[in-house]
Amino acid sequence: MKTITSTAKTTARALALLSTALAAPLSAQTLDLAWSQDATGLDPHTQPGFATIRLLELMYEPLVRLDEGLELQPALAESWSFSDDGLQLTFQLDGDAMFHDGTPVTSADVRASFERILDEETGAIARANYTSIINIETPDDATVIFELDAPNAPLLNGLASVNAAVVPASAIEAGTLGTQVIGSGPFTLDARTPNASANLSAFDAWHGGDVAYDGINISVLPDETALLAALRAGQADFALINDPLVATLVPRTEGLQLNAAPTLSYYVLQLNAAREPMGELALRQAIGCAIDRQDVLDAALLGEGEVTGPLTSPAYRTDPSGLFCYEQDQDRARELLAEAGYADGFTATVIAANGEPPTASAVAQVIQSQLSEVGINLEIEMLELSVYIDRWLAADFDMAVALNGGRVDPYTMYNRYWTRDGNLQGVANYIDDTLDTLMNEGRAETDEAARAEIFGNFESHLAEMSPWIWLFTGNTYTAQTEGVSGFVSSPTGTLFGLVDVTLAE
Amino acid sequence: MKYLLGRLAVFPLVMLGVSVFVFVAIRLVPGDAITAMLGTEGGMLTPAQREALAAYFGLDQNWAVQYFRWLGGLFRGDLGISVTYGQPVLDIILERFPLTLQLALMSMVVALAIGLPAGVFAATRANKPSDLIVRIFAMMGQSMPNFVVALLSIYILSVGFGVLPTMGRFVTFSENPLGNLAQMILPSIALGTAFAAAVTRITRAAMMDILSEDYVRTARSQGFSQGYVIWRHALPNALIPVLTLSGVEFGYLLGGAVIVEQIFALPGLGRVVLDAILERDYALVQGVILFIAFNFMLVNLLVDLAYAALDPRIRYGGKS
Repeated sequence: MKTITSTAKTTARALALLSTALAAPLSAQTLDLAWSQDATGLDPHTQPGFATIRLLELMYEPLVRLDEGLELQPALAESWSFSDDGLQLTFQLDGDAMFHDGTPVTSADVRASFERILDEETGAIARANYTSIINIETPDDATVIFELDAPNAPLLNGLASVNAAVVPASAIEAGTLGTQVIGSGPFTLDARTPNASANLSAFDAWHGGDVAYDGINISVLPDETALLAALRAGQADFALINDPLVATLVPRTEGLQLNAAPTLSYYVLQLNAAREPMGELALRQAIGCAIDRQDVLDAALLGEGEVTGPLTSPAYRTDPSGLFCYEQDQDRARELLAEAGYADGFTATVIAANGEPPTASAVAQVIQSQLSEVGINLEIEMLELSVYIDRWLAADFDMAVALNGGRVDPYTMYNRYWTRDGNLQGVANYIDDTLDTLMNEGRAETDEAARAEIFGNFESHLAEMSPWIWLFTGNTYTAQTEGVSGFVSSPTGTLFGLVDVTLAE
Repeated sequence: MKYLLGRLAVFPLVMLGVSVFVFVAIRLVPGDAITAMLGTEGGMLTPAQREALAAYFGLDQNWAVQYFRWLGGLFRGDLGISVTYGQPVLDIILERFPLTLQLALMSMVVALAIGLPAGVFAATRANKPSDLIVRIFAMMGQSMPNFVVALLSIYILSVGFGVLPTMGRFVTFSENPLGNLAQMILPSIALGTAFAAAVTRITRAAMMDILSEDYVRTARSQGFSQGYVIWRHALPNALIPVLTLSGVEFGYLLGGAVIVEQIFALPGLGRVVLDAILERDYALVQGVILFIAFNFMLVNLLVDLAYAALDPRIRYGGKS
């Protein structure tokens, strides 16, 4: 590119500057943020999508929040405590908290919000996490008492989600949650064109402190490589990147910085034990032994991640090498196959979603080639995302490559699959008494050390039974230009750290 | 005139056919708005929650009820409400169409500005080296997909020059003419160049046909200059196939240029449809497709009328 004369460069720069200067009236300090997927709605209680949560977390607040170390921090609540019998959870609200329309946040808003979440008519997505709440008391404006049907240690972490955001009781009544944002968070929503752009302003009266700049302009650039181009050209100060292949290009560009944090979500090869021959324990274990997890990670994600057991949250995560067959052992895989009566191997179909995540097809292909070495013949079926979801929910697959969401608490993360009455037990299609018992013990136990032991046992048993083959966790990525400082990534992928950012003049 | 009325009478019938087809097609695709919104989390819903959501999205009625409800709205000028945008479909179309129209017009200008002169030039120098060079370029242009041109131009500009037209924050021409043109010029070139190659080849072939015709040779023998003969006599006739081709292409462009819009983050109709399909926003898909179909038919009708005006030999319904 050195052949390009500086005149041409200067002219092009001048033209571009002219056009951007003309396009945006010089204004206060704003952070230009770009991402490739936009929010699909504005109702914090009904929207589980990653992109939607990223946006709404900047405007709505739950009672408590998780910091980058996944420790609970005050959000709307300034303090909380369980009663001795574990049947009451009391929150004291921050008296300075205020909604964007200027009304104070009171216990009545909290109560109305949770009544809305628990009402089945709402279709609230995280309702299952809060069904142990049987009554809500509001002795005064700043106090909320949740009465529970049984001790529930994971409840607190479960409340740290924008899907449990406190919204104004008046907005619930007016039915405007789907179209208007009146939260209590650090930013207000000024304008939004779905799949194109959004403008946020810093909320002066935010009880959490002051934001060092005036607002955020969000642009939706559907093509991930365009995100990189926008950072290079200085059109974006900050970008959220999903594709690890694009993320690895960021550090090679002068003036750009990549922030990576290991995620809680995990890549997994789900086996469907209801389909022959996956009902055979030895055969499932053989599949686990035949796979070299690090090799899949290196080939499909350029090594951008970490091999993991079922538990991905830092507080519970341990070195997985002690789990069943976490080192590839093809001889043992062949023995186990013979033991299951499939010495010559077998043929099965694996489903994966197109582009969701971008690495899905690569993961499926590497697994296919590894399993073929022990005689297992995989046919890959790539499906459009919605089709994949339908098939997945109906458990209509032999095997599935999946990237499943993680949670801070193992119970909240896995009770849907590995308890007898879990909502997605029909998808997991494997359960035994040990798993069910350990899960329920973990739910009621409040002592941290005891919980770690319970879930440790749960993890090693789950790995040994191999209903699924856990592979690795990836990273969540953001990229920023030199003018941005002070952002700290979190394993949850939240962009809430933007409140601590300062922008260079 | 009779011909025009006949053509216009077909309009509503075609539109009705399109509406039924799109209505059924989008519903035959697995998954619905609930699946698209909730993903695998949808498995966490209780049956009562699922019913409540289905009622909210209007998925609780059978297809016939849904269709006639929508058709009834259509006659009142109401295309329904988009579930993903939370606004009337018609508003979204009217908001996004100017961009699509502008992109289509600019691409056509780029294509014709390059294609017509190049085609005429090549035809007058038939089988000479300069003709060959034009033809090679045309072949290259036609075989290079527009998204390759788009990605290359972004790459060269951002890596080589560190500049880029503003992406993702679209401004309309009326808000800011210069800023708008700066944003639209690259996508127009990306879309226009591939089509320019087609125009070049068609123009060249048509010109060569006409230049060998009797009346052109007569004109030349009467001492008219080469240039006069070409531009005054030959070109208007050579324009007919170009017009047909351009009409069809323009009709397509009015449906939005999905890939180029994705790459340049332009909020045009193509992306609206794509996102609406992915999010199973039925009302939006139906409304936009219907609108696109209407435009396509309208453009075709105009092309046919222009055809008759250009070539007096064509007489519809008369003797050919």
